Amino acid sequence: MEQNNERVIIGEMLKEIRPEFDFSESDNFVEDGMLDSFDIITLTNMLEERFGIKIDGLDIVPENFYTVGSIAELVRKSGEK
Amino acid sequence: MQTVFKGKRVSAILGIVPEEESFFDEEVNNYSFPVRQTLRLKKIMGFNKHRLSKENSTVSDFAVYGMNYILSNGWIRREDIGAVIVVTLCPDYFVPHISTIVQGECGLDQNVICMDIAQGCCGFLIGLMEAFLLLEHLGGKKVILINGDILSHKVSKKDRNDFPLAGDAATVTIVENDSQAGDIYYEMHMDGSKGDALKIPAGAFRMPSTSETARMTDQGDGNFRSLDHMHMDGGAVFNFVQTEVPPLIAHMLKETGETVDTIDYFLFHQPNKFMLQKLAEKAGIPAEKMPMDLVENYGNPSGASIPMVVVTDLANKLTSGMYKCCLSAFGSGLAWGGMVMEWGNLEKCELIVSTL
Repeated sequence: MEQNNERVIIGEMLKEIRPEFDFSESDNFVEDGMLDSFDIITLTNMLEERFGIKIDGLDIVPENFYTVGSIAELVRKSGEK
Repeated sequence: MQTVFKGKRVSAILGIVPEEESFFDEEVNNYSFPVRQTLRLKKIMGFNKHRLSKENSTVSDFAVYGMNYILSNGWIRREDIGAVIVVTLCPDYFVPHISTIVQGECGLDQNVICMDIAQGCCGFLIGLMEAFLLLEHLGGKKVILINGDILSHKVSKKDRNDFPLAGDAATVTIVENDSQAGDIYYEMHMDGSKGDALKIPAGAFRMPSTSETARMTDQGDGNFRSLDHMHMDGGAVFNFVQTEVPPLIAHMLKETGETVDTIDYFLFHQPNKFMLQKLAEKAGIPAEKMPMDLVENYGNPSGASIPMVVVTDLANKLTSGMYKCCLSAFGSGLAWGGMVMEWGNLEKCELIVSTL
């Protein structure tokens, strides 16, 4: 339930950053050009503020932002540190 | 490279900036991205305002302006200058070099060694290394180190990734022998295999500028630039910095017997606020020990960034006391390096605004 809620929040953040895209239709947001490097930085900042976490600089790499699932995994991993 | 320099000190720094300030809030409409989306970056990246030089101003103009200022205000006498080193990515010409232009315009002696070095973000550290080495052979004379770049001329105004960062500036630093000075620990590393991450593709001999290289094209990500413009692969550079710099800092502290607690200031190159915050988090550096507001107020002035941090943030401190400082720079090349030293009691440390 908590994980589902997390995914919903991440989906809302993606929509807020790039409202012109339908993220449900992509399995790789970066490869599909829906998130650029500045979008990833913006999302990182939003995730840190919303979930009260610190994301390690080495984890701010495209592969951690490919899907809602990989972003949720990043949030989980960052929350454990 | 890893070494210790002995009996050397940086005794004075002058920063020179152009008078024109450009504001991020007013530039957002130049970009093809939604304004709301772009404005989010203001707080995160520290985009606020930056200094832009006039279209016909060059690095030698800034260098001569600064040199004339320190000469006319008694910072140094012409006869005490043994060498002029200019570190820049923005030469006036392929030939002659800026250092010789400075020598000629400022009436320096024919025995003054003049040397230009092409280096970007690590330019202050590379320039200091060369100055320290030259000081062994100048018979007690001093080295003038000039760092300057006007990269706003080489960045597309329709490129949101690169233009907000650009900040034109130059610094003139006096470096000299001092038998009482403490050891200066120094490290420098290079990885040319990653050099394409920060590149100006056209304009030199590999790809001379033509009407074709000057043609603006949509990069497919909403940014517009030409092959004559500078481009940074932000993700690659960010990852490089986060991978290489924290271990470098840890290694320098270990080698010098220092800790984050015993260092008073961490004076780093100023790429953007986000990158510096992530570096500080990773290295456990408290924000108050690490100035990170240069991009916000002046832009990223490439190799002049560290001395610009000194003149804008720490002039009062470093002219009135001694502090343990850890310097680090990282960027084009790709290159990364640092210094640990006790630094301060600067004889002069000022920022001036030019009409250039």
